Amino acid sequence: MSGLAIENLSMRFDLPGGGSVQALQDVSLHLKEGELMSVLGPSGCGKTTLLNILAGFLAPTEGQVVMNGHRVTGPAAERGMVFQQGALFEWMSVRDNVSFGPRMKGMPKLDMAEVVNHLLEVVGLQDFKDKAVYELSGGMQQRVALARCLANDPDVILMDEPLGALDALTREKMQSLVLKLWKETGKTIILITHSVEEALLLGERLLVMAPRPGRIHKEYRLPFADLGVGADLREVKKHPEYAPTREEILNMIWNMEEEIMGRVEAGA
Amino acid sequence: MIPLLIYAAIFVASFLIVTRVIRRAARHDFTSLKTVTFGDESAVVSDRWASVISIVSIFVLWGMFTGSALLPGFLHAPGPFQGVATFEYTAQATNGDRDTATVTVLVHPVEQKVENPEVEPGDGWARNDSATVGMWRSGLIRVDRNDEIGRDAGARVVAVNGEPIGPGKSVATRFGRVGMSPKGTLNFEPSKGWQMEPIWLPSPEAVVARLAEIAGAGFRGSTLLEHLGYSLFRVVVGFLLGALVGIPLGYAMGLSNWFRGWFDPIVEFMRPVPPLALIPLVIIWAGIGETGKIILLFLAALWIMAIAARSGVSGVSISKVHAAYSLGASKWQIMRHVIMPNSLPEIFTGARVAMGVCWGTVVAAELVAAEKGAGMMIMVASKFQNTDIVIMGIILIGVIGFGIDMLMRWAERVLVPWKGKV
Repeated sequence: MSGLAIENLSMRFDLPGGGSVQALQDVSLHLKEGELMSVLGPSGCGKTTLLNILAGFLAPTEGQVVMNGHRVTGPAAERGMVFQQGALFEWMSVRDNVSFGPRMKGMPKLDMAEVVNHLLEVVGLQDFKDKAVYELSGGMQQRVALARCLANDPDVILMDEPLGALDALTREKMQSLVLKLWKETGKTIILITHSVEEALLLGERLLVMAPRPGRIHKEYRLPFADLGVGADLREVKKHPEYAPTREEILNMIWNMEEEIMGRVEAGA
Repeated sequence: MIPLLIYAAIFVASFLIVTRVIRRAARHDFTSLKTVTFGDESAVVSDRWASVISIVSIFVLWGMFTGSALLPGFLHAPGPFQGVATFEYTAQATNGDRDTATVTVLVHPVEQKVENPEVEPGDGWARNDSATVGMWRSGLIRVDRNDEIGRDAGARVVAVNGEPIGPGKSVATRFGRVGMSPKGTLNFEPSKGWQMEPIWLPSPEAVVARLAEIAGAGFRGSTLLEHLGYSLFRVVVGFLLGALVGIPLGYAMGLSNWFRGWFDPIVEFMRPVPPLALIPLVIIWAGIGETGKIILLFLAALWIMAIAARSGVSGVSISKVHAAYSLGASKWQIMRHVIMPNSLPEIFTGARVAMGVCWGTVVAAELVAAEKGAGMMIMVASKFQNTDIVIMGIILIGVIGFGIDMLMRWAERVLVPWKGKV
């Protein structure tokens, strides 16, 4: 079975002061190869926990993740990860950051240089090869992070709010870049975000999660990601379905937040 | 007190001159346009003029109050009296008969051997006297010794330069103070001026001359370079050993629960123990030779380096480690390519602190007991009142300490260029 299967995932852990948290409850999902899925939800809905389990950094208390027919038990190069910020190695140049994965695998130097050159061109950083990463702007750093992840040729790319710390303009450019990379490489991508717009634009499938316990609330299948490849994202936003869907999801999340607030007030 | 007042006066005067006169038109950079500077830390920059004047005025004050030949004479503080001083005394015999005679005193540098100046005996029964007194010293002068009617015959001195005097009282003269002891002997104390005596504070050129002498001829059987070299050698070896053990220990404490649990109490206890407090124990165990010194410096550096390495490992952001794992790195590769480089800034900060502590500790340990070394040099010199060697040693110790810190900062800039930029 190819793709990524999430089977009845539950995650529960004890708190130091007593009591326990149900971070995830019975989450099941199947991703086909090459699918682009965005995950949205109010804070505390377990979306980061879900991503960490997929990456293999956390072990679920129940259920399992099966990838290409084998069970996920730890981090591996087949599941690449892009973080929000600060995950680049600032003691290495841009080139060494991008070639980190291949270098760890012992890829020959010449092949490595080819991979690095190609990817830096794809993300538009060919002129910054020998710069130190701390000399780059936030947007450029995230381009490096994308290239570093792709250099390893993973089957799945997990993105944990990769554009969250960028300013609005840079963010828009990066969204186009993510779509371009998705189409060109055909990777399976799971992207966590706080922004409803980003989730709409960067998800063939959009997963809305609900908190306490973290669970899947609703799933959408959307046309915007396909429309957005190579196009102006501002045009995509004019699609007749865009605004209503956005309203619906915003209301959904708004209601969840209200409910949490209500529960907290009732408890107090 | 007076030097302090002069120093404050220079501070205020140079501030006014530099800010009002020199700076008026000079600055047009961004900071000069700021209207709020009080409280804006970035607007406060060390003033070059102030630094230069500060250093120069310290040396000028030093020269002023030691009568340095490097300064023009008019800048000197009033010096001690030197040369021939005279005063008159009036003696009264038992029958009320009074007679006056002159005392001539040669005030000379202490290290000079001099003869009493020749004087005419003069007329009357009280005879002229002569004596010698060293500068900054005082001397009892038995003026009645050569008089025809002396103290044994009942005569006593009743006035100096016409002013009445008695036991315990004194008279100020142009050359100094003339006092009288309880038994009636005159005590001449030439005026000391405001300058310091070389045994308390030698002049700058005397210190430089001593530096040249010791650099060439050596002190206590070793040249200056040997003394300083021994101190430096101990610091470097002690520090390297401390780093060699401390850094892996710190890594282990940052990476393993068991190591952290095992060594935390030891490290946390040993960290606040000042290395100086270990000197007696180290001397008991290892003696005053090289071994003892190096053990002491090893212990001084060990805890600092272990803690620096530990916090360097703890400071690795988890997303970097996660990123490396999902890029397919093994544990050893993460150690080598992520944890070690990431901990370098902390380790360098620790190394700078450790080198400073080691330098301080080695000097202190040499003060206590050593055969060679900068600390030993100034300690032995102080026992012989060789204040010039003491001052020279302190300056050299300061310069070397400063040099070590500069070297460490330079190494940090070269090896950890990303520090503070992330």
